[in-house]
Amino acid sequence: MITLENVHKSFGSNHVLRGVNLHVPKGTSMVIIGGSGTGKSITIKAVLGLVTPDQGRITVDGTDITRTDRDAFLARFGMLFQGAALFDSLPVWQNVAFRLLRGSLKRPRDEARAIAIEKLRRVGLTEDVADRLPAELSGGMQKRVGLARAIAADPEIIFFDEPTTGLDPIMAGVINDLIREIVTEMGASAVTITHDMSSVRAIADNVAMLHEGVIKWTGPVAEMDAAGDPYVDQFIHGRATGPIAAVR
Amino acid sequence: MRFLAAIGATVLGLLAAVGRVTLYAVQTLSHLLRPPFYFRELAVALLNIGWLSLPVVGLTAIFTGGALALQIYAGGARFNAEAVVPQIVAIGMVRELGPVLVGLMIAARVTSSIAAEIATMKVTEQIDALVTLSTHPMKYLTVPRVLAATLVVPLLVAVGDVIGIAGGWAVATGTLGFNPAAYLKNTINFLELRDIISSLAKGGVFGFIAALMGCYFGMNSGRGAQGVGRATKGSVEAAAILILAANFVLTGVFFSL
Repeated sequence: MITLENVHKSFGSNHVLRGVNLHVPKGTSMVIIGGSGTGKSITIKAVLGLVTPDQGRITVDGTDITRTDRDAFLARFGMLFQGAALFDSLPVWQNVAFRLLRGSLKRPRDEARAIAIEKLRRVGLTEDVADRLPAELSGGMQKRVGLARAIAADPEIIFFDEPTTGLDPIMAGVINDLIREIVTEMGASAVTITHDMSSVRAIADNVAMLHEGVIKWTGPVAEMDAAGDPYVDQFIHGRATGPIAAVR
Repeated sequence: MRFLAAIGATVLGLLAAVGRVTLYAVQTLSHLLRPPFYFRELAVALLNIGWLSLPVVGLTAIFTGGALALQIYAGGARFNAEAVVPQIVAIGMVRELGPVLVGLMIAARVTSSIAAEIATMKVTEQIDALVTLSTHPMKYLTVPRVLAATLVVPLLVAVGDVIGIAGGWAVATGTLGFNPAAYLKNTINFLELRDIISSLAKGGVFGFIAALMGCYFGMNSGRGAQGVGRATKGSVEAAAILILAANFVLTGVFFSL
């Protein structure tokens, strides 16, 4: 399980996280919603150690993330970045198998390629994509390759940063279904950041609403519509008026 | 008072920048000695920085060597010293122009390319992706490039020196009436071992500076296209200035002691 306790992070005078408290039970899918610039990405980057919190404590399975072996810790995670973040200079299969070609999880090259192709198939891509460069793929295909890379080493915890941003509704639906299926069949814990309410309903077991650097509401997705929280209510219905200022 | 405060702030900013670059260089050297080592990335960097820079280096050197021969001949004629063309072309190319011009061409071609590539990786979250894939960006991106440039730029300087001297030889024997064999003999007899060692040592230092600046500015780039542009411009400016400053220091070390 992942726990954040009173996590703060500022960049100069910009106080992004102002005391985030969040609990993600093992094997569940948590979706963090909230407007742009409210600190959603910084929250998951703090868990991964990509940014260091100014204050607060983050634990994974009860262990403080600052006191773990970094390589072993990161080997438990997979991450799908908003823009897929594929390495331009490497063919698709080497992107997917990146972790399997070096470091502690290194496998023989042929085996790593076979795993990459299997993962590509899992996300609906054929073998002929394997030797192409990321720039030759459409946005939706790049997202799927990013998803294949995130699951390549069978991680226990997967983070998805805006998985459907920039995709058409059909491709967004495909990605949402893939994420749900993969998380269920792998038994992984998942944390997803999104603005897309169709993603929330397709992916989430639990939802957390982040606004102005704090969690305003958290609970099961089934209770979201009846949460009675004015922030959640305004966000999920996309209203311009309410406690969340439309112009930020 | 405001004027003094502005000077103070500028000096402090400059010192902070020097400190950051120094720290980055020390970290790079420290990672250079510790595994894991990425040999494939090193091989790619050797190819990109070394082999693919040969045409630029060769063309720069041959034209400079030729022009140098013409200038020395014209200048020497003022006091009947036209015969020193082979010696001055050789010493000028090997001690000074070869390493400096190759260093500056590498700053233009390689530093800019490294900075733009790494800065783009940063703004598209590829650097963050590397970290999440348990790969240290400094080991994977910086160390192979800096090591490759430090190893291969001395070879480029050697090639530049030879081609520059050949350019001088072609002009001197083709248009200035020098005997081809005598020109080569004078060149070889005049050069000393320390001329060649200083040339290669300068190449190593310039290669290190050029790649380090590209990596440093790329890793510390701002957001968006403007951030990438600024990182690229800053890296080339810093590399060129540091190469010229290092050249002055190294020339003092090798030839004033």
